[in-house]
Amino acid sequence: MAKFLFRRLFTMIATALCLTFIVFYLTNLPPNLEKIAKSEAGSRISDAEVESWLQKNGYAQPLLGRYGEWLGVLPGWTATAADGKVTGRCIARGADPAAAPRFCGVLQGNWGWSNVFKEPVSQIIATRLSLTGWLMLSVMALMVPVALLIGVLAGMREGSKLDRTLSTFSIATTATPEYVSGVLFITIFASSMTGLKWFKGSATSAMDDITFENFFLPVLTIALYGIGYIARMTRASMTEVMTAQYIRTALLKGVSFRQVVLRHALRNALIAPFTVIMLQFPWLLNGVVIVETLFNYKGFGWTLVQAAGNNDIDLLLGCSVVAVAVVLITQLISDIGYAWLNPRIRLS
Amino acid sequence: MDALGFTQILVTMIGRFWPVWIALALTFALSISFKRRLGLYGRLFDSPIGMTGFALVMFWVFTALFANIVATHDPLAQISGMKNALPGSPLKNPVEGIYAHYLLGGDNLARDVFSRMVVGARSVLTIAPAATAFAFMAGITLGLPAGYFGGRLDTGLSFVANLVLAFPVILMFYLLVTPEIRETGPLLLGWRASIPNVMAAILFAFPILFLCILWNARFFTTPARRNLYVGITLVLGLWIYAGLAFRADPFGLWIMEPNLLNVFVSVVFVNAPTVFRIVRGITMDLKSRDYVAAAQTRGEGPWYIMLWEVLPNARGPLIVDFCLRIGYTTILLGTLGFFGLGVSPESPDWGSTINAGRKLLSIFPVPALVPAVALMSLVLGLNLLADGLREESLKD
Repeated sequence: MAKFLFRRLFTMIATALCLTFIVFYLTNLPPNLEKIAKSEAGSRISDAEVESWLQKNGYAQPLLGRYGEWLGVLPGWTATAADGKVTGRCIARGADPAAAPRFCGVLQGNWGWSNVFKEPVSQIIATRLSLTGWLMLSVMALMVPVALLIGVLAGMREGSKLDRTLSTFSIATTATPEYVSGVLFITIFASSMTGLKWFKGSATSAMDDITFENFFLPVLTIALYGIGYIARMTRASMTEVMTAQYIRTALLKGVSFRQVVLRHALRNALIAPFTVIMLQFPWLLNGVVIVETLFNYKGFGWTLVQAAGNNDIDLLLGCSVVAVAVVLITQLISDIGYAWLNPRIRLS
Repeated sequence: MDALGFTQILVTMIGRFWPVWIALALTFALSISFKRRLGLYGRLFDSPIGMTGFALVMFWVFTALFANIVATHDPLAQISGMKNALPGSPLKNPVEGIYAHYLLGGDNLARDVFSRMVVGARSVLTIAPAATAFAFMAGITLGLPAGYFGGRLDTGLSFVANLVLAFPVILMFYLLVTPEIRETGPLLLGWRASIPNVMAAILFAFPILFLCILWNARFFTTPARRNLYVGITLVLGLWIYAGLAFRADPFGLWIMEPNLLNVFVSVVFVNAPTVFRIVRGITMDLKSRDYVAAAQTRGEGPWYIMLWEVLPNARGPLIVDFCLRIGYTTILLGTLGFFGLGVSPESPDWGSTINAGRKLLSIFPVPALVPAVALMSLVLGLNLLADGLREESLKD
């Protein structure tokens, strides 16, 4: 077990480093840096001035070195201007250069400064992530029970009419991406065309005060796409369990069908969906980005779009660290949880 | 002229699709009458789910083929007075030779929603299957040896595949599908080695590589035939390859807009690792079978075993996954369009149209609703088709 955990942890760290480096590289392409220089120092500056601005602000070093600084394993750059004033990555404006720390990167908790929102990245991500947290939580609370229920009901009696209906429903939901179901829901429930107006087509007000009226549509939109997938996995695992010897024995002994499903089949059938549900998290991120953009809910996904669209390097890097961390941690939990739930799996 | 009512719109629209109905009827009549001789494809017509899916998919395929006949207007033409027109609105100034109604209304730039939906099917149905096919070629070419040989090769390739899979898709698109990225990179003989171009050069080489190995593994004992097949593959393949990856087709037949290339490569890149994992898993399962052991005892080479023993036996799950993956790719392309990263702003593809229509969603929902329903029905068709195929292929 210890060896397995160690290996997994090692792969995880290697993956995280590779991914953040790729994002770092792609956000720091020369044209992007040029854009930053122009937006900070004026859009009409010459190429030479761009060059000197980049030089002065520490962007001219080799990429790997700057990645190390951003990460916090290399000391931050410092530069002495002609008038003897010392500036540097770790030296706040107006602060004493001598008192500044040598390292200041993600590992030290310094996530950088957002050029678009004019706020520290860590602060933006914290507030936005908590908004998205509510969204995710509501989605899970709706999606998991509904999906498991559909899967279990469909898989209970394979080939029955109920199974056919529910399976077709799950296929239909997996065929409806968030941007399609979102558009459909807004048209049906929130537009002047049908005149139903049961819900609001925008979730902006939900950022301060979550109500059923402004929050249900975004939650339903994300949950619906995931329901089909989890339900199909649950159904597959349920049908497999229902054909097992011990279920037949229990039925032949005269235990009622209800009891067999609830007491014997369910627990074994829910092991496989557990992994699927855990692996849904990173994939929910996609849905979150789409739905937050569509419903104008200014959470993590919306921030990611803003950062990417406006070339806000530090914020985009911060967002990708969070996204990558979510993916890797859920992968780890799903692996460990699977082994823990299913004693037949041996880790080695 | 009066505006059309709901029933009239419906009837007229069904009428506009006449070539599609004829083609569909012909396909079904022929397929059903010969279904016992058509293998897995024929057995599809035994399952109602598979048939429904196939009908939906073929409806869009034929719509894409006959888009010029079905569409009522030029998808890019703006007709004055038709901005955000309601479905069935007549043209303000009817002109001879131009269809007199906007069947599904106009969008915010006064273009015909119906025609854009129909022509959009064409762009969706060329890019999505092609991108999926390239992803499959790359995934199969790398997945087979990874699963068959195992060891370091497998560890390395799996690490890279997991790396790509751990990358949030939307973030990757935002980083890869930007105009800046196309301008970065050293110039080599007039070809810019930017990231999308390099990725295209690598990913587009896989089909050629795959086919060459395929022919060589089978026919290396009869060099004349081998040379013929490999030669044909190389001539055709390198011609297309030069055109698509390097924009250097001397005849100008194979060419891809840089914007489209960027989108295409990103979609292939996202899909290939999943295919790789599937192929690798199946190969690891199949390599312990008796027929593989028999081939090994006969002294066949590893590539022959992988391509001519393992791969044909893995075709069932791969065909099913291919259908599903076209649907997934369609969704991905729609996502790209939804974020405005698509092919080009005025392109009629469904994702971009949804993106353009969503700003006025609660007042004029039709321009976004129509492509949304179109996309949903196509993906639903592909999923049902995959389900039917899976069911029928399991019956063996």
